Amino acid sequence: MSAATHEFEMVVGLEVHVQLKTRTKAFCSCSAGYGAPPNENTCPVCLALPGTLPVLNEQAVRLALRAASALGCTLNERSVFARKNYFYPDLPKGFQISQYDKPLAERGKLEIWGANGGTQAIGITRVHLEEDSGKSVHDRYPGVTAIDLNRAGVPLIEIVSEPDLRSPFEAGEYLRELKLLLEYVDVSDANMEEGSLRVDANVSARRRGERTLGTKTEVKNMNSISGVQQALDIEYRRQCAVLAAGGRVEQQTMLWDAAKQEVRPARSKEGSHDYRYFPEPDLLPLVIPKEFLDATRSQMRELPRAKRARFKGDYGIDDSAPGVSDSGRGASDAELLTATRERAHYFEAVVQAQKHGDPKAAANWMITELLAWANANGARVSDSKVTPALLAQLTDLVHEGALSHTAAKKVFAVLSASGGDPRAIAEREGLIQERDAGALARWVDEVLAENPAEAARYLGGEAKLQGVLVGLVMKKSKGRADPKQVNQLLSGRVSRGGG
Amino acid sequence: MTAVERVAESFRRMDDVKAGKDGLNCVLWSDRDASLEAARERDARVAAGPLAGVPYMVKDNFATLGLPTTCGSHILRGYVSPYAATCVSRLDAAGGVLVGKTNCDEFAMGSSNEYSAYGPAKNPIDPSRVPGGSSGGSAAAVASGIVRIALGSETGGSVRQPAAFCGVVGVKPTYGRVSRFGLVAFASSLDHVAMFGREVDDAALALEIVAGRDPLDSTSVDVPVPAVRAERGRTKDLTGLVIGRPREYFPEHLDPRIAALCDRALERLASRGAEVRAVSLPHTALAIPVYYIVAPAEASSNLARFDGVRYGLRLEGEGLRAMYEATRSGGFGPEVTRRILLGTYVLSAGYYDAYYKRAQEVRSLIAADFRAAFAAGVHALFTPTTPTPAFKFGAKADPYEMYMNDIFTATANLAGVPAMSVPVGRVDGLPVGGQIIANHLDEPAMFRVAYAVEDALGAEAHA
Repeated sequence: MSAATHEFEMVVGLEVHVQLKTRTKAFCSCSAGYGAPPNENTCPVCLALPGTLPVLNEQAVRLALRAASALGCTLNERSVFARKNYFYPDLPKGFQISQYDKPLAERGKLEIWGANGGTQAIGITRVHLEEDSGKSVHDRYPGVTAIDLNRAGVPLIEIVSEPDLRSPFEAGEYLRELKLLLEYVDVSDANMEEGSLRVDANVSARRRGERTLGTKTEVKNMNSISGVQQALDIEYRRQCAVLAAGGRVEQQTMLWDAAKQEVRPARSKEGSHDYRYFPEPDLLPLVIPKEFLDATRSQMRELPRAKRARFKGDYGIDDSAPGVSDSGRGASDAELLTATRERAHYFEAVVQAQKHGDPKAAANWMITELLAWANANGARVSDSKVTPALLAQLTDLVHEGALSHTAAKKVFAVLSASGGDPRAIAEREGLIQERDAGALARWVDEVLAENPAEAARYLGGEAKLQGVLVGLVMKKSKGRADPKQVNQLLSGRVSRGGG
Repeated sequence: MTAVERVAESFRRMDDVKAGKDGLNCVLWSDRDASLEAARERDARVAAGPLAGVPYMVKDNFATLGLPTTCGSHILRGYVSPYAATCVSRLDAAGGVLVGKTNCDEFAMGSSNEYSAYGPAKNPIDPSRVPGGSSGGSAAAVASGIVRIALGSETGGSVRQPAAFCGVVGVKPTYGRVSRFGLVAFASSLDHVAMFGREVDDAALALEIVAGRDPLDSTSVDVPVPAVRAERGRTKDLTGLVIGRPREYFPEHLDPRIAALCDRALERLASRGAEVRAVSLPHTALAIPVYYIVAPAEASSNLARFDGVRYGLRLEGEGLRAMYEATRSGGFGPEVTRRILLGTYVLSAGYYDAYYKRAQEVRSLIAADFRAAFAAGVHALFTPTTPTPAFKFGAKADPYEMYMNDIFTATANLAGVPAMSVPVGRVDGLPVGGQIIANHLDEPAMFRVAYAVEDALGAEAHA
């Protein structure tokens, strides 16, 4: 940390645009789907042909309310659409339908891990509904810009945070938690790379201890969480240097260039736009019946943070603060298991199906085997041939002592490849642990007989040789001997003063 | 008569009165063959429909299939809509046949038709005079006998004023009564689909056909369409009907001959049992200033889509901004440009509260005036439609003077209440209109008065 950054504190607020997972666009019945050939998902309304009018998509309102409710916002019974006027070729109407002074929802919060390891509540200023613009494609045809209006009119929510974030780490945590939340309540794919979640950052620096905010810049064009973090860090350092030299930060829009790892002023002075907002006369104020708002709140699914707390309480799953290192942060077991709703559901299904309730075993198997498999294959845990019921049977076999951990891993590999019945696989592969005392005693006798020197030293008191002998018994049994019983047998021989 | 015969007759009449550029210039676009083809299709229909085979026209700012939709503007020259306005589809479904698109002030901004990019339509009663505007072409087409029914649009009086100037009936229904889908927007909160009829009954029929909820217009109201034509049978005895005569609409400087014609109509209503009551709508004088803030503000946003990117005129320039500037300054005429500038200004940061917000507050006072009058037991108001009869071309060179033409009509657009103009006589041979204003969604009361005036005046309405 330079002298300047010691002196100044980073202050960040994020504006996040999220595409809602609706079948159709916000104000017409065109598909809101991703990936169609250019301008295929268009109609007179989203092309802004003369005479057309917007009609609000109810599902977009439902999803927006659900997201706002998950963020703990006050849902407004009455909100008003407004026109944000500006000219751009990918904005067909010459204005964007958005919300301005009467948004859908206000005053929420999102809890994140703070840099100090504790939780921290980040204020949500507002959540409002709006429509997306189209896309300008500058690199497709030489010398001209192509316009694709498939995205024009796709419903978005804009989630504006308070300037409560103090570091790139916290900004990253906020975005991770927000993304997770939006996926949980199933309102968006929240994919930064595909553009269904987009982030603009308002960044300022102020002398540590100072209460008033410094002049901010708006940083745009980040397309990953790490990109946001890098851009924030670089922009903050730039501002610190300006301030430390006695200069003043100019309010302006900055663009992040991931390739060059730099932040530079946007060419056009976007900050100087006067959007001439006024209430959209073609749409009535959005009035949501109180019963609908109540239902939205009461039908809220369990959110990630609550689920982690419950996993810790009900199942003893570790949920300690993530370790932070220069290369990133670790994740608690609870975080790993709740990273998607689907994972959490899988986990609970395993626990439910276990005869011998062993949530920790379920968690360990999921984290070490299943998640590794899923990550390696770009799949989801529920894509695995190892269904929750099969994993439960497997952990039960280990719990009962019928399978060693090593043998269970072999069974898991078979299950993973082709499914089947864990016990049948174990039996077919000869992996069931031999726990018959007679059989075990015979293997011990044979090993002692075949290795007279080691046997003599061991029985003579050299206890450290026990490991070697157990290994030999395991080898002889082709891994089927229960090592615990073999140890007991060998110890017994010593205490009996030799065989 | 078959639809084909009626349509052929309509086109003959167009030729006779010289409806085109070399004459009245009231019809911008028509296609005889296509209309006859449509007429043949109507004749082949099993169920005739209430408008069976009736030729109609619509103002050039309604989206229609086949014929261009240019809004009287250079910027949309040659533009043909790929879809039809809801009201046009409803007229067709009822059996009507579109026979032409009528001339209008560019984007419906004007009161004389002089702002059409295609030259003004002329008044059939006296071609040296304006037909009124902005829907002057439709008024002239009805007045010259080409069609009995034509659609226009209203933002501040653009149907009632030309109806008055041309001696026909003009109806502006309640805001939300008729879908605006397919009507090219000027000022969304003031825009209305409106209709002309040669007689009250023609306009009533048109209203019944086009009215009613449309899921494509969020501001269209979901209430039953009233059978306004039934009011025709309730005109002989008007006992119990209270008609308000608002003093603000009969100012001292009003041409006394116009006041006298209106009062004659009121006396005829009184002689049939109606009570005529003096009332006051104190905020009337504020209508024009409010209108000229709200309408341009919304227009500045509504007309942003004409940017040369997707359709219509494009004039190239060095780069995007230059293309926008060339296209828009080359494509829009002077009045549209003036209103876009005005609207942009009043919505600008720092001015919004002083202009747009304040104007909306005053607008609600104007609406409250009407509510109070109707709440006090008045069923309809009766006023002159315009302060003067049709004026000569070039007579209103000052925009402000032109704007004052809407002084009696803009109030109903601001309040959203239904209003219509019916002929009540002539001054110096020029038609004069009487305006009837009713409460929200009370078109039946308005039409009852209109039918009664028409019936009571008889031929005097046009003399």
